[in-house]
Amino acid sequence: MLRYAVLLALLSFLCFFNSPVRAEPTAAFGGQTGVLRISGGTAHIPVMKEVAKIIMQAHPDIQISIAGGGSGAGIKQVGEGLVDIGNSGRKPTDHEIQKYGLVLHRWAFDGVGVIVHRDNRVQALTRGQLQDIFSGRLRNWQEVGGVDKEITVFTRDEASGTRKVFWKKALAKKVITNKALVVASNGAMKAGVSHNPYAIGYVSVGYLDKSVAAVALDGVKPSLETVQKGEYTVVRGLYSNTKGERDGLTKSFIDFLFSPSGREIIAKKGLIPAAR
Amino acid sequence: MNGLINCHAKCQVVGSRSLFLAATVVGVLLTLSIFAFMVMLGLPLFSVHSLTLLLTQAWAPDQGLYGVFPFICGTCAIVSLSLLIAFPLSLGNAILIHLLAPRRLARFLHQVVKMMTGVPTVIYGFVGIFFLVPLVREWFSRGSGMCILSAALLLALLISPTMILVFLESFAAIPATHLRALEALGGTRRQKLLHVILPGARTGIITGLLLALGRALGDTMIALMVAGNATAQPESLLDSVRTLTAHIALVMAADFDSIEFKTIFACGIILYLWTAVLTLSLRYLHFNSAKLKS
Repeated sequence: MLRYAVLLALLSFLCFFNSPVRAEPTAAFGGQTGVLRISGGTAHIPVMKEVAKIIMQAHPDIQISIAGGGSGAGIKQVGEGLVDIGNSGRKPTDHEIQKYGLVLHRWAFDGVGVIVHRDNRVQALTRGQLQDIFSGRLRNWQEVGGVDKEITVFTRDEASGTRKVFWKKALAKKVITNKALVVASNGAMKAGVSHNPYAIGYVSVGYLDKSVAAVALDGVKPSLETVQKGEYTVVRGLYSNTKGERDGLTKSFIDFLFSPSGREIIAKKGLIPAAR
Repeated sequence: MNGLINCHAKCQVVGSRSLFLAATVVGVLLTLSIFAFMVMLGLPLFSVHSLTLLLTQAWAPDQGLYGVFPFICGTCAIVSLSLLIAFPLSLGNAILIHLLAPRRLARFLHQVVKMMTGVPTVIYGFVGIFFLVPLVREWFSRGSGMCILSAALLLALLISPTMILVFLESFAAIPATHLRALEALGGTRRQKLLHVILPGARTGIITGLLLALGRALGDTMIALMVAGNATAQPESLLDSVRTLTAHIALVMAADFDSIEFKTIFACGIILYLWTAVLTLSLRYLHFNSAKLKS
């Protein structure tokens, strides 16, 4: 019995390492060494981490560091040469592209979904209600069919790509109340909303999980499927930007995002892989 | 031979003196150059939006308003409330440790306070989000719990150990002869505290207060994590606010050329001047009162 168990363990071990999906795509990294620095958009981080893990496991001489900071920070830092890849959850502006000589690589589409606490009865809103809540006109959950409690609105800082897309496509560029609480990342948003029964906020669809409840917008729940089918329309591209065309590690990393196994990881993390 | 030793000692004195002088000069220059740097980078902002507008307007970048007045109010509210909470607590704690508690308990408390100075602020912020914020939200059943009160309570916890330690040091520095004289006259513990220890330790108490004020003013993490960072003008202790430091941390990621980004330097200058003026005026007050006394 024990012998079989050992054999099975060995076999699965071998399978894991020989699995063609994993070994083949990182072949481009063979013989490369050095450090790759990535920063910026927080919606990108789950994918970045997974990809970095696979590459670093297969090639121990390569070091990949991943930092957050938001889209604004990503664009700025790559433009100033502080990092090799600067991620942004919005298309860099023409001004930014021109000033820094950025090259954009859009490797995924991502929805931005409204979230509330798990226990909130309100799990569907119209665009009009949403705009009224975020502008501060609707202040009590009762007014949209919930409990008699004040609504706590969470938003992101002005440099956030998630905020920009949400504001443009879900709020139709209407004002966001200045009483809204401001957090600095998708993770902080989820933590804030999941610990406050009366909160409402918005995150990248890739961050949706059981800790919060996704709110249907005009009858459509934000999810990987609805974004994919084009039913959910609060959608943006996820970009990895470089300063000029780059080769070596940076190029290999970005190529990996467009490879079959890269796309597989992107889909697994709740995003929609984009073609080059 | 004797002369040689003398010369050696003299050289040493001169050497160490110039070393310390150099250190002081570098320190002062660095501080001043930071200020100059901030003014230089913030200047483009002041030319477009005059300083008074910046200091009095609201923050609404969509409408072209870049005032940091709500953040000044937020900082003021959080810092003063935290000092109001922390000062009596710290003074009481220091008196307990120095005078009232049995020696074993006093030593234990002293150790705990020392340990508390080393706790990183982000830990306080973290505990605040998961423990204090829900409590405040449920107690007052108003607002989100991310508010001035929560931040001030945590900040009080952060600055108390510094104050307690400085107070204790100044209590310990009171000449034993004074205490013995009082004991010889048959003074009670209360008289000892009110007439010898507290007046004697006044400098230390002011120093502790100043240090705590500086720390509260400069802290970023607690306000960023717990105060909520709303840009509205606060109206009650349960309102969410943004401090100047949290504003710097939040806007840091904005486009380098944007006016939003340049307000960072305005915030920096305000914080810098604020600390400087407070320190200088308290020193001046203290110096004057010391002169009066003598």
